[in-house]
Amino acid sequence: MRHTISVLVENRFGVLSRIAGLFSGRGFNIESLTVGPTEDPSVSRMTIVTRGDNKIIEQINKQLNKLIDVIRVRDVTSETYVDREMMLVKVNATEKNRPEILRMTEIFRGKVVDVCPKTYTVEITGSTEKVEAFLEMIKPLGLQEVARTGKIALSRGVRMLTAKPGTKNNGK
Amino acid sequence: MKLTGAQIFVESLLAEGVELIFGYPGGAVLPIYDTLYDSELKHIRVRHEQGAAHMAEGYARATGKCGVCLVTSGPGATNTVTGIANAYMDSIPMVVFTGQVPVALIGNDAFQEADIIGITRSCTKHSYLVRNTRDLAQTIKEAFYIASTGKPGPVVIDLPKDILTGEAKFAYPESIALRSYNPTYKGHPAQIKKAFKAIQDAHRPVLYVGGGIITSDASEELVKFAEKSRIPVTTTLMGLGSFPSKSELSLGMLGMHGTYTANMAMHETDLIIALGARFDDRVTGRLDAFAANSKVIHADIDPGSIGKNVGVDIPVVGDVKDILHGLNDLAKKDHTDWADKHDKWLKTLRKWQKANPLKYTRSKDTIKPQYVLEMVDKLTKGKDPIFATEVGQAQMWAAQYLQFTGPRTFMTSGGLGTMGFGFPAALGAQAAFPDRLVINIAGDGSIQMNSQELATAVEYNLKTKVFILNNGTLGMVRQWQEFFFKKRYSYSTMTEFPDFVKLAEAYGAVGLRATKPSEVQKVIKKALSIDKPVFVDFVVEMEENVFPMVPAGKALNDMLLV
Ligand SMILES: Cc1ncc(C[n+]2csc(CCOP(=O)(O)OP(=O)(O)O)c2C)c(N)n1
Repeated sequence: MRHTISVLVENRFGVLSRIAGLFSGRGFNIESLTVGPTEDPSVSRMTIVTRGDNKIIEQINKQLNKLIDVIRVRDVTSETYVDREMMLVKVNATEKNRPEILRMTEIFRGKVVDVCPKTYTVEITGSTEKVEAFLEMIKPLGLQEVARTGKIALSRGVRMLTAKPGTKNNGK
Repeated sequence: MKLTGAQIFVESLLAEGVELIFGYPGGAVLPIYDTLYDSELKHIRVRHEQGAAHMAEGYARATGKCGVCLVTSGPGATNTVTGIANAYMDSIPMVVFTGQVPVALIGNDAFQEADIIGITRSCTKHSYLVRNTRDLAQTIKEAFYIASTGKPGPVVIDLPKDILTGEAKFAYPESIALRSYNPTYKGHPAQIKKAFKAIQDAHRPVLYVGGGIITSDASEELVKFAEKSRIPVTTTLMGLGSFPSKSELSLGMLGMHGTYTANMAMHETDLIIALGARFDDRVTGRLDAFAANSKVIHADIDPGSIGKNVGVDIPVVGDVKDILHGLNDLAKKDHTDWADKHDKWLKTLRKWQKANPLKYTRSKDTIKPQYVLEMVDKLTKGKDPIFATEVGQAQMWAAQYLQFTGPRTFMTSGGLGTMGFGFPAALGAQAAFPDRLVINIAGDGSIQMNSQELATAVEYNLKTKVFILNNGTLGMVRQWQEFFFKKRYSYSTMTEFPDFVKLAEAYGAVGLRATKPSEVQKVIKKALSIDKPVFVDFVVEMEENVFPMVPAGKALNDMLLV
């Protein structure tokens, strides 16, 4: 089953390669991975979409937690959360299909962000399902190129993933 | 006052309580070596950086402290990789300092540049590239903390040369707080209670214990609990020494070359109590047949080890010492008649032990490797020896035939299975305890992978004894070829080996040899009486096999016996 995992990490050199290395080294699959800064400049948030049975997802959680730079891990899949993905799609624009592209873009509440003599580029934002549905519809019209951000997600309401300060100790 | 990075390095190590480090100089770390020249921090200069890493690990295993090694950039750093991976697999605390090219040159394919952080990412607990002399002390404090707490492991600190020559104010941090790293030490009381209840309900329980007992210094608690509850104990290769071999409750080692009784007990048990062990494939055999009729309690400080290979009924995350302490408390207040309860189970085990003890065919003409180990065991009784091993048949016979009385007396490459580990590891232990008896049990193949450290042994008067069970072959490989590849001994016969007596002598050490069974005891006694490093060449039977053996992928009760 597909899982969406939110990860707060120290905003440090090399963190991304540690996480990517963990997934490749242990044979876990990554469907998408996004990283970006958060409200706290020392913390980055990653959203990882992965697939696996319960045992694998449990291991992914535990192994992520084991990385020293990982502050918190939360599998939001079973919670209520909002998620978005953005996609830019370049489509062949011919005399004949231009109206259809515009119609589809409107139905999916997208925007045409670039118009050239032979191509239109459309921006679509929404759930992964919506973004993929748009792709499905636009394919027959002459799909040229796609760029997707991967999914980002936040739990709804007061449920929050925050970095708490560590407890002091003398290291012994 | 400002100090250079090199001075901060030395001062930080002293503040951390480090007494001895192992290393090898080179361009990128010359500023540190210059500081070491008149420092009170002791340093052993090895002959190969792999040796330094293994020595640091041996030092850590023997003392329980964090091992430290220091090497230069590029090839110096890459030469430590096997040692780092070895410490990672066996969870041994170690901090490895590697030189690096100056910050501005990183990424330019500069002379002797290697991306050691990248190369070791998957075999370190954590790693740091220091980018500012100001950060050095804090980084060192964190590295020691991370390496030696929780599930211990190696940490690499990469030190660009200009960080070592740059200056900063020095103050070694008193304490640290890491929001992203807070290992759980205290076992959850409710889980410990649940575990105890399951133990009370079990009829044929087994304590299956690993290296975690040694790491957390929990042997006493383990013995106390086993004796009170009358539950038999089997140890992993890494756990040897954590429970006295001579106890009537000891079943010896389990797994691929475990004892018949230990493996049968694991197969027939109705409750596995796993403490600081990780259900490695060499222990479980075929997974779907493992613990088929048994509940599993798994106590470990690493949540990631729990439920990874084997389904667990009662997980307890925490330090096994704390968890055993909890179990002992519960046992104290409880009125179960344990002796009566497990009488039948223990009788069954004893019957198995009688019927299928460790055995081999004795010989009057050729030296049997098992015989050498029996004699080593006999002649070192009461001498408080520390044993190290190389990898292969000799390692397995050492695990089977030596009797262990306490923790930190057996050092072997468990997870990675590194040939060439034993000798430098033994030297590391010897450096920690110059007066103790330290013995490395080696094969003729393995000892050739790091024998250059004989020079280190002689230079620092590390009087380690190396007992080579010389069968003229890569024995363990030959055994697999005999069993599973129709005796096609492809590249495993190794009759071209150096004269080990002369090799030792060439380095200024002592070399001895035994070729007949009648010489074995005499030669061992002689070796033990010499106050110098000694290589003993035991010319042993070539085609001896290690039994019992659970072939890879077979169930634990599917053992080949003699
Ligand atoms: C560095 C390394 N290379 C290869 C192996 C594979 N291997 C495992 S046991 C073994 C044979 C070891 O031979 P020897 O040291 O002579 O010991 P014996 O088995 O004969 O006692 C080999 C080659 C290994 N474990 N480590």
